[in-house]
Amino acid sequence: MIIQAIFFYLFAGITVASAVMVISSKNPVHSVLFLILAFVNAAGLFVLLGAEFLAMILIVVYVGAVAVLFLFVVMMLDVDFAELRQGFLNYLPVGALVGAVLLAELLIVVGAWAIGPDVAKAITSPIPPPGEINNTQALGLVLYTRYVYFFQAAGVILLVAMIGAIVLTLQHKPNVRRQNITAQVTRGRASAIEIVKVKSGQGLS
Amino acid sequence: MTIGLGHYLSVAAILFTVGVLGIFLNRKNVIVILMSIELILLAVNINLVSFSSFLGDIVGQVYALIVLTVAAAEAAIGLAILVAYFRNRGSIAVEDINLMKG
Repeated sequence: MIIQAIFFYLFAGITVASAVMVISSKNPVHSVLFLILAFVNAAGLFVLLGAEFLAMILIVVYVGAVAVLFLFVVMMLDVDFAELRQGFLNYLPVGALVGAVLLAELLIVVGAWAIGPDVAKAITSPIPPPGEINNTQALGLVLYTRYVYFFQAAGVILLVAMIGAIVLTLQHKPNVRRQNITAQVTRGRASAIEIVKVKSGQGLS
Repeated sequence: MTIGLGHYLSVAAILFTVGVLGIFLNRKNVIVILMSIELILLAVNINLVSFSSFLGDIVGQVYALIVLTVAAAEAAIGLAILVAYFRNRGSIAVEDINLMKG
């Protein structure tokens, strides 16, 4: 139990600290790297909660795809980020006020919370006891049966996102020479070579 | 010293607040705003997974998976719009994005 508490405070502390660094660091590249740190530690929290599959998915999807995408865009765009940071302190009072109110409200809700007595009866897909089957298997058993339409809708969302990102960023420049595969394949002897009879002593003019 | 549901919900609440604060503080930088949205969605996921774990219902984890998918799609589309916008205007400052204001 004490080990679990130590790791909880470790993961939670690093997650919150790196989230603060994400929004406050001067260099957006550092922001992306702290975002990666926050996600890795949140994956640690998920492991503590017994959701190993989601923890690994979080690392694969966020650290492997989303954070690298952010890093790519930050490094590709030639933007003066120091100029974008102007006014950071102007927004600090109202931002801190809204943040403090929001945090106070959320913590009051968390402190006064209680689980209703009827909740235990409403559980539709109970988590099997550990040791029987693992988390990935249990998730797959409900995801591919009762929630298969959800799963396919997620696939459609990803497809739309992929096509949308390609359509938005693909551009055809008129002066860029592209490969014309049909022209290459249909190129034959008649169009490729020319036979010239050269008389001796004259050469080609 | 036992870690209950309230501990996880507190972490999620703090992360959510940090995300909202990030949107307020970095009003000019779209990239940091997108990262703040990712933080907010991460807080939502922590909430879903902790309720799923402490109530013993695995549906919360299925829902967290859907939220993860939507977050990834949102990041991809947002960054694509950002790249297209930067190509056209040469700037990503939020106050310049007002062409459709009328």
